Amino acid sequence: MSAEMMNLLAQAIVLGCSAVGAGLAMIAGIGPGIGEGYAVGKACEAIGRQPECRGQVTSTMLLGCAVAETTGIYGFIVALILMFANPLMGRLTLIG
Amino acid sequence: MDVNITGARVFLYNEALGGPIITESIVVMWGVMAFITLICFILTRNLQVRCATKRQAAAEWIVTKVTDLVRENMGERFAFFTPFIAALMALSAFSSLSSLLTFFSPTRDVSVLLGWALLVFALITYYKFKAGGPLGYIKGYLEPIPVLLPFNIISEIATPISMAFRHFGNIASGYVITTLIYAALAALSSGLFGAILPAIRGIPLFQIGLPAVFSIYFDLFSSCLQAFIFCMLTMMYIASAAEG
Repeated sequence: MSAEMMNLLAQAIVLGCSAVGAGLAMIAGIGPGIGEGYAVGKACEAIGRQPECRGQVTSTMLLGCAVAETTGIYGFIVALILMFANPLMGRLTLIG
Repeated sequence: MDVNITGARVFLYNEALGGPIITESIVVMWGVMAFITLICFILTRNLQVRCATKRQAAAEWIVTKVTDLVRENMGERFAFFTPFIAALMALSAFSSLSSLLTFFSPTRDVSVLLGWALLVFALITYYKFKAGGPLGYIKGYLEPIPVLLPFNIISEIATPISMAFRHFGNIASGYVITTLIYAALAALSSGLFGAILPAIRGIPLFQIGLPAVFSIYFDLFSSCLQAFIFCMLTMMYIASAAEG
């Protein structure tokens, strides 16, 4: 195999693995999904029990959801970096 | 099929001054700032005590709402924070909403949000110093036990970073999903109609109206919600820092 082909193959492997890594990073979305769903369910229960507290429960729930979302957002940012800023490409030492 | 997901364009670049100087987000922010100033000017022209006009009623409604929000979350002694919170909320909401007019949202640029978050971080640190003095500030890192010092430092640094990334991530993910939806609808319509009538292959018929449904969540709801959440977190962090 020529040096040029090997360089191309190395780059292809890095790019492919970055795409897989970006996909894997988005698995982080599961956690916030479950957590937020649980929080919203509890908020519905609270509103059902005390309908007069609706406004306060809703704003507290939205704030809690936003904080719970953080881990998912971190996963998304890792995916974005892998897809568009690709730091791993710079680690390659090309032949020739 | 091409899907184009890009960041802010750079209009003025200077290597000696440390890279990009004027980017698209800065230019759009100027526009947003001018728009907010114009709204404030229009709403507050010839205010009257009696016979209030509709404009004055709108202005009073906004001021009352923000004042109530700040008093409720930060207490009476922080009522002077109302203009800051209102400005932050308006800037954040209108910056995100500018994507409705096909402009680049400045809130999709992480440096803008990191700037706002660092401003909030400076305020938090200032009020922590004010509440406990320099010694109390350092002592805050050694609580509840001194072994937790590294973790306390990490959590202190994580505050502005998570605030910036939360806002950025929500707006940017909305943008990415909207772009993908547009590309998918174009591919779908060219595949579906192109097979029947090759003449209209290039016209993305499905892009009419359908993206607006998603835009209600990703542009309108998400923008206003993120502005609200950013301000709520700012108020809560500052109020809890001042309590010591």
